[in-house]
Amino acid sequence: MIYYEQQVIDPDDPAPAAAQGRGAVAEPREEGAPSWDGDERDARATLRAQIARLERERSAIVAERFPFIPAPVPVDRPHVGGPTLLDLGALERVRDELAAGVQELHVRVRERVEHERRAREQLRRMRLEPGRYKFARLPVRDLGQGVCGVWEVRPRLGLIGMLAGWWQLKLSSGCPLARGSRSTRGPDSPK
Amino acid sequence: MSDRGETATGWRAREIEDELPGLRLLVDEAEHSRAQPLTSGSPPEVAARLRALSNRFRGARAVGIRRESVPAAYRVFFRQIGLDPDVVRTPMEAAVLERMLRGGFLTGNLIEDVLLIALLDTGVPVWALDADSVDGHLGIRASAEGEPLGRARGAPALPAGRLVVADASAVLAVLFGEAAREHEPHARTRRVTLFAVQVAGVPTLYVEESLWTCRAALEQL
Repeated sequence: MIYYEQQVIDPDDPAPAAAQGRGAVAEPREEGAPSWDGDERDARATLRAQIARLERERSAIVAERFPFIPAPVPVDRPHVGGPTLLDLGALERVRDELAAGVQELHVRVRERVEHERRAREQLRRMRLEPGRYKFARLPVRDLGQGVCGVWEVRPRLGLIGMLAGWWQLKLSSGCPLARGSRSTRGPDSPK
Repeated sequence: MSDRGETATGWRAREIEDELPGLRLLVDEAEHSRAQPLTSGSPPEVAARLRALSNRFRGARAVGIRRESVPAAYRVFFRQIGLDPDVVRTPMEAAVLERMLRGGFLTGNLIEDVLLIALLDTGVPVWALDADSVDGHLGIRASAEGEPLGRARGAPALPAGRLVVADASAVLAVLFGEAAREHEPHARTRRVTLFAVQVAGVPTLYVEESLWTCRAALEQL
């Protein structure tokens, strides 16, 4: 890799091109570019670091808890329409929105963990005393174990089990097939 | 502009160097040797590569892509420049989302496919411009109020402060956004200027590999 082009363009430098290699052209500070003092630079760098940390935390929660905890709905920010160098106020807004989003996600995670704990406890009771939970159903989704399938207390041997009080906990077979159950009839089978 | 086969670093305006020290533009150039134009269909080996890549990106990977180091770095950078990556998707997330919606990475034309393969292999997006339409060296700066996107008459005007990729005389593309149409590769393009945007947290090796993938594909296919 070669570095013959200009890395930093200083509009106050009278002869940057000659000093920094072929073809380098001094870029004057653009009309729309913000002119910032160095005093705020550390604050902006700190805010960017906080934004980075919050974004990673947020992504981790969303990825680990998918699909039970969806990503928060994006905040509508009509004042920002494209990539730009954010000033201190804008960076603070981004940081605050992210922090609020992460906090909301943490609340949802706590609620979800409690929900799953209660569901596991319910499943344990259904397994120990199925007769007390006749026809009770518990989706595996509530247990955080997948999206399809249901634990259900059902009578053993159907009507006989109902009459005799033989109850058991059963797990359904999972997600339905995308195109329904497979046909047992082959292409050569008589109609 | 870089010499062919040599990755060069683009310039940055002073305020960008100060504020976003991890942001860099890497530039390369490739000469297309194939008889068919860049905008024509891809050869079978490119289509096969896309099919193979489609099998590498399934639902679980799509969900977790935001945690992979390189896509995560772009996601963070989007936040830092005022883009919400859940609204304006990072290039990698956008590509993977398309794959989920369409059931695979569908082949378009050669240049699009090559750029897509480089992105999927490395996580680093690459953009291509018609090299003959580029005036001098590429770099990153902020736009001035009303500055046009491209050199064409009637080009859309940009607001002040938009981060853009520019050459010596004009804005060629919005950073991570659309390029000026007249600067994109077209049917008669033989030389393309490739550029990749490196952000903090993305190793230079990945960026160079992404550019190399594009150059090698364009010069050998």
